[in-house]
Amino acid sequence: MSVSLTLAGVSAHYGSTLVLENLDLHVAEGELVALLGASGCGKTTTLRLVAGFLQPSAGTIRLGERDLTRLPAHSRNIGLVFQTYALFPHLTVRDNVAFGLKQRGVAAAERARRAEAMIATVGLEGLADRHPANLSGGQRQRVALARALVIDPPLLMFDEPLSNLDAKLRIDMRVEIRRAQRDRGTTALYVTHDQEEAFSISDRVAIMSRGRIEQLGPPEELYSRPANAFVANFVGFSNLVPMRAVTEAGDAVRLEMQGGATLDLPRARFAVPAREVIFAARAEGLTVAREGRGIPATLGLRTYLGRAYQYRCTTAAGEIVANGPLSEPLEPGTRAVLVPEPDHCAILRAE
Amino acid sequence: MARVHPVLGAFAVLVFALLLAPLVIIIGASVSDTTFLTFPPQGLTLHWFERLFEIAAFRRTMITSFLLAVGGTGLSLLIGIPAAYALARWRGGLPAFLPNVFVLPVLIPEIVLGFSLMKSVATGLGLPIIAALLVGHAVLVLPYCVRVVGASLNQFDFSIEEAAVSLGCPRWRAFFSVVLPNVRAGVIAAFILAFITSINDVSVSIFLTGPGVSTLPIQILAHMEQFFDPVIASVSVLLMLVTVGVMAIVEFTLGLTFLTK
Repeated sequence: MSVSLTLAGVSAHYGSTLVLENLDLHVAEGELVALLGASGCGKTTTLRLVAGFLQPSAGTIRLGERDLTRLPAHSRNIGLVFQTYALFPHLTVRDNVAFGLKQRGVAAAERARRAEAMIATVGLEGLADRHPANLSGGQRQRVALARALVIDPPLLMFDEPLSNLDAKLRIDMRVEIRRAQRDRGTTALYVTHDQEEAFSISDRVAIMSRGRIEQLGPPEELYSRPANAFVANFVGFSNLVPMRAVTEAGDAVRLEMQGGATLDLPRARFAVPAREVIFAARAEGLTVAREGRGIPATLGLRTYLGRAYQYRCTTAAGEIVANGPLSEPLEPGTRAVLVPEPDHCAILRAE
Repeated sequence: MARVHPVLGAFAVLVFALLLAPLVIIIGASVSDTTFLTFPPQGLTLHWFERLFEIAAFRRTMITSFLLAVGGTGLSLLIGIPAAYALARWRGGLPAFLPNVFVLPVLIPEIVLGFSLMKSVATGLGLPIIAALLVGHAVLVLPYCVRVVGASLNQFDFSIEEAAVSLGCPRWRAFFSVVLPNVRAGVIAAFILAFITSINDVSVSIFLTGPGVSTLPIQILAHMEQFFDPVIASVSVLLMLVTVGVMAIVEFTLGLTFLTK
């Protein structure tokens, strides 16, 4: 059973504070969409609205043909995995997993059988009689996953499910969650503040800030073609330099920065959205060189990154972070140019 | 073990002596084979415990006190648990002074509380004595219920309740099947604290008791005014034993640290 999730024009308030503004979001059948953003961006609010723990002040939420908007939380049939696991401390692993089946009136024997099977699926054979207090963090999260999966919900939602696990386990669990979701073809909404997690697990990612979706798309698209300065900064374009598009001559796009220096970028790769633009570049998108065509800079503090040196550079447009080759460490104070590497650069509309 | 400074040690002994001496005196007096209260006891007898149960007023007030403690505490939990739940669940959204409102009865001198209860509940509403006592004791112990159950609920992760709801459990049922079992220890502790407070109360009861209905502590006072005999000591010992007994149960089931937490 696979259905799509659609939020249309959804707004939410805490008291008089607007926390979600006219949000549209469509998660296709069997798709996993991650909501990514810093705390307070509205991602958890969105999840809680879909779960029914909050009421939207406007808009509708649909799951397939069903309108969830006014449906009480316990009738929504959504599998939820919480950051704190939220296992029932007074129940065994088996009874935790069987809880949802019990609510659905499944007979005791059938309940136990399906719970046992699901416990085995998440790799917890032999632990069914334990209480959550006697499980490790990773095991608890598996129980939480089993508890959400066993009711066979048309929608799975994850609220920062891995934040309480250590780094190694986080990667293992993320693969398992993705596998479980893929195998069942269940539509899923996944809330996280961890970019790597969001990008690695999702079909599409929505980057959110201040109650709005800034950009929604496949991870590759967000990573290489950010829609605006916020997204660019979020995905690691640490340099955002205001520039003016002067000409589009031949096969190059020419940008002019404060102080008159110009940059030429291949026209085939870059569209110019406006006259006033922001040139966005990762540190690896600007290579420090003694000479060449690029942004004139005076090198400052140098740090060693293993694969390159990184320099804080002073330019006419302020401080810029750029990488330089390991073969030639340069001293602070050196005059150099920062040559753009098109793969790690973007041109954005100035806001 | 760390060495204890002799002065500090002596001081500790002194404090314990002061705390325990009156109890020793009462226990001694209760077994004295005299018709008046005296210490050290002269002779040894359990006659005064026997005598205690022969006096109808003591028998009657013991039952009243017990039922009152159970009923008043029960009533208070009925109000206190939902209040504590609301205070913990919507902590952020409620006015900051609200939790303190439920502690007010502790801050007001009990004698004032008793007097105001008499004015409002007994004479104001014109409730029968036993009903007035029930309400009075419920108000008296409400702070303990709200505080102790609240302490448990503050440790409770409410996403557990949301998990139950997301799995198809209606909210009211989730409260009973998921929330309550996990704060059970707090409810038991609250019951015990409230029960002991109620059964030992004088200040509130003295204003609310009346013709025909009294509580054990009030009966003790009344008895003492007329007969200064060792029955007073034996009933005191009995009350003490009940308290110690209840505390022992707490210690063995939950651990006493539970009450001081």
